[in-house]
Parts: sequence; C-alpha cells; structure tokens
Amino acid sequence: MNGFDEQIVFGGRSRKKASRVRPWVVLATPLAAILFQVYAPLYVPLLRYLELTLLITVYLAVSRRGPVTGAVTGALIGLVQDSLSNQPLGVFGMVKTIIGYAGASLGVRLDTGHAAVRFGMGCFFFAAHQLLYEAAKRWLLSTPSGLPLVATLAAMVANGAAGVFLFYLLDKLKDKEA
Amino acid sequence: MGSLLNRYRSLTALLLLLLAQLILVAYQVHTARDVRLLRVWTVSAVTPLARLLDSASGVASGFLKDYVLLAGVERENRKLAEEVDRLKMENRFLRSELATAERAQALGAFQARTPSRTVAARVIGVGPSVDSRVLLVDRGTSSGVRAGMAVIRPDGIVGKVTAAYPSTAHVLLVTDPRFAAGVISGKNKVQGTLRGTRGALCRVDYLQNEETVEPGEWFYTSGDDLLFPRGLPVGPVKTVAAGRTFKEVLVEPSGLGGGVEEVLIVLEGVHQPIPEPQAQVETAPLLPPPPVEGGGAPAAAPATGVAAPETDADRVVDAYRKSAAESGRAYGDNVQPAKPPGATGAGSAPSSRPPGAAPPKPAAATGAARP
Repeated sequence: MNGFDEQIVFGGRSRKKASRVRPWVVLATPLAAILFQVYAPLYVPLLRYLELTLLITVYLAVSRRGPVTGAVTGALIGLVQDSLSNQPLGVFGMVKTIIGYAGASLGVRLDTGHAAVRFGMGCFFFAAHQLLYEAAKRWLLSTPSGLPLVATLAAMVANGAAGVFLFYLLDKLKDKEA
Repeated sequence: MGSLLNRYRSLTALLLLLLAQLILVAYQVHTARDVRLLRVWTVSAVTPLARLLDSASGVASGFLKDYVLLAGVERENRKLAEEVDRLKMENRFLRSELATAERAQALGAFQARTPSRTVAARVIGVGPSVDSRVLLVDRGTSSGVRAGMAVIRPDGIVGKVTAAYPSTAHVLLVTDPRFAAGVISGKNKVQGTLRGTRGALCRVDYLQNEETVEPGEWFYTSGDDLLFPRGLPVGPVKTVAAGRTFKEVLVEPSGLGGGVEEVLIVLEGVHQPIPEPQAQVETAPLLPPPPVEGGGAPAAAPATGVAAPETDADRVVDAYRKSAAESGRAYGDNVQPAKPPGATGAGSAPSSRPPGAAPPKPAAATGAARP
C-alpha cells in the first residue's frame, strides 16, 4: 500500500499508518487550485473542465478523516469559489460541503492509497459534484447550466485521472509518521 | 436531545453547515443583494496572485524560449541549424509582439475615435466554473468602473460589468443567457433584444415574423437599454427562421471573435448614429493586357479586354468570366463586400471590422447614454 492514509480494514477495526497533511499544504493547495481554475483556462480552454478545487477538497477530506473537518473544508473552498464566480454565495459551498463530508466518511472505510480507488473516487466525486451543482442551480436559482452529457462524462474520466496524479503529488508533501 | 445531537455530531454539523449556506443563498436570491464583503476579500486576495502568476508565466516562458529550448537545440544541431532555429523563434516572438502591438494600436485608435469615454482593461481571469461565461478584468472602482457599465471592443460589444471591486471587475459575456441588450438592425431597422444562448451565437428576441431580417445583416446596439450607447456593432445575422410568433434570429457576436484579451469599459457612453449600409462598390474596368516584350505582335485580346489564359490566375479569372456570362451578368457587377458596409479604420484585420468601427464623430444627434 502506498502513501496516503494507508489503512486496511481487519474485522471491522482499522489499522492506520498515519501520515499528516502539513498545515501550509491545507492552506496553499486550495488557493493554488482556485488560482488554477481562474487562470489556466485563459490559455488552455479545455482546462475549464478540470475541477481542481473538487479534487483538493476530496484529498483534504480523505486525508484528515474527520467528517466535520471535511465538511468545513469543503464549505470554505466552495464559498471562495462562489465569491469568484457570478452567482450567489453558497451554491458551490453547499455542494462542496457534502463532497467534503462524503469524502471524509468514505476515507475511513476504503484503502484510499490505491491508484484504482483514487481514480474511482475522482470520477465518482466529480459526477456527484456536477449532479449536486446542477440540482442546486436548477432548484435554488432556476438557472440550469445544461452541461452536455458526453462532455461531462469525458470530464469525469479526466478528473479521475488527474486525481490519481494530483493525490500522488500531494502525498509527497505529507509528514510521515509511524 | 443533547445526547442525540452529540451522538450524531458529524451529521448535525453537516446539516447546520448546509442550512447556513441555504439561508445565505435564499437571502441573496430573495433580496437580490450580494454579500459584497466576502467577495471583496476573496477577489482582493486572489487577483494580486493572479497578476503575479501572469507576470511569472511571461518571464518563465521567456526564459524557456531564450535559454532552455535553445540549449537543447545547441546540443542537437550544428551552428547553422542553431542560428536558423533561433531566428525562427525570434521571428515568432516578434510576430506575437507585433500582433499584440497591433491589437493595442487598434484599441487605442478606437478609444480615441469613439465619442464615449472609455477605459482600457486587460482580461486576467475567467469564472471558475465549467459553465461560466464571466471574465475578470484588471480595472475596478479605482478606475471609475461600476456595475452595469458596457464592455466593448472595436469589433463589437463584449458584455457588461456585473460587479466592480477596487482593482478588478467581473464582466458577463454576451453569450451568457442572463445577458440582455437592446439591438437594432442596420439595414431594415428592426428592433429586438439580444440574449446569450450558452453557445457561440446570440439570439435576437421579439422580432415579429412579419419583419424583415436578412442573413449577413448587421445588428447594432439600439441604446434602449440605457447601458450600451446606440450604434455599437453587435454582429452579423447567421441564421433567420420563422417561429410561432417571433422570428428565430441568431447573431454571431463580433466582439468575441479571435479571443478577448483587451477590452474597453464604457465609463460614459455617447449615442452614435446607426451606420447606413454601404452602397454597391463599383470596380474599375480591367486594363487590357500589356504588350509582349521582345518584338512580335501584342497578345491578341478579345474586344472585352480579356487576355488568353496563360497563368493559373488568368484561368481563374477566365472561369469567373464564363460563369458570369452564363448567369447573364457582366463581370464586376453586384460585388458583395467581404466585410460589412462602412468598414474602415486602422489597426485590425479588414474582415473583422464591423460597420460601426469607424463611425463619424457625433454631431447634434448624439447624447450621453447615462445621465
């Protein structure tokens, strides 16, 4: 098992080889992800489909394990994303709150160090994020974004793959503890 | 109750967080007010970093072009090949610089020519969501920018400012479904409302089926919305179809062509007249072919002044003549200009220059768009 919150479930109890996310990583990575989403699509429009803020939310939620911490992290990242977009504050906030909570809850049950699991998590959480976001826009704001299905599916796979790579890089920034 | 909440502490926290944000959204939607303080903080925190990144990427790409790539070339090629590659890169760089300078010159020329008071702004970011049609520009309230101001380019309108912060502003693009502006067609003078469609084209609403709109006809801002000064080019009509009550007219927004990097924000708009469609262009008659040098009789030319085809160009011209003769028209008649009528002015590609690009200075008919 490699890096990232290695844990194996034995008879309902988990044995964890803990590794801690450094505080500056917790602050810097969401900011970098926000900047990426604001800046990178200017030069490569396709990068608009890469939801780095979502992947960072999932990573922080999974690696810090606490569902409350995950939800709060998601809420903060979502609110910052909201305040840079042209929609009411709280839409991304609510979506990422749920993603953070779900990520942390899932993190204590799965071997989140395995690349295949990470890929699946990236795909799953991207799909969930888009569904929740679309639902929030449709029912709360009455402005459905109407993303095309094929593009969303392609983006889901791309985000899954990006998640594997990104999580691997972020593992390198962790404090290793026995 | 307390023990129950404590038992489901995580779930309670989640629900509280969601409820708080739901109330926040409901407050904003219900009162149509924004939580401005948080946005100002975030934008003020993020935009300096975005600018820093912009500068850093310029320096990094310059370093990469000037040193790293050249070093690789040096290892792989001989001196001559290296020199050629470096010259090619310099050439590319200069072309890029020239294009930037031309864009800036066109923007400056337009800014000087237009009667409206404008401020130039640079696009430094986009909205951070997949479906976003919002730009972030580097001018804000400190430059006099306010929400609701029109954002234009020499080629056409770009959008409008939806939020202004101290040093930046959000611009909603014309392609966003929430965008709306009053427009009028240049030729038939029919009025409608321009709206975004989430695609590359915009829709013109509320045009009766009985009204005449032709494909290729240009639309201009009508000034009725009190945001955009009258007479700014919007774009040419791409498709026209009859609907149940209203026509379905799609317009290609000319202001978004070729990527938006620099824009003008209209601080104080002045209405301008709608440019009249240009009259048909009469072309000069073709000259007879030149005499053949080195003696001999001049090339026999038909009475119409047409030379026997000798080159590919001659053959193409000949083909056009035959085609015109078959359709019963004289060559050179009914010339359709490649660009919209009234297109003059310096600095930008002729094909992208809209009819209102070089409007005359306003005379008595002009007035301020906003009080």
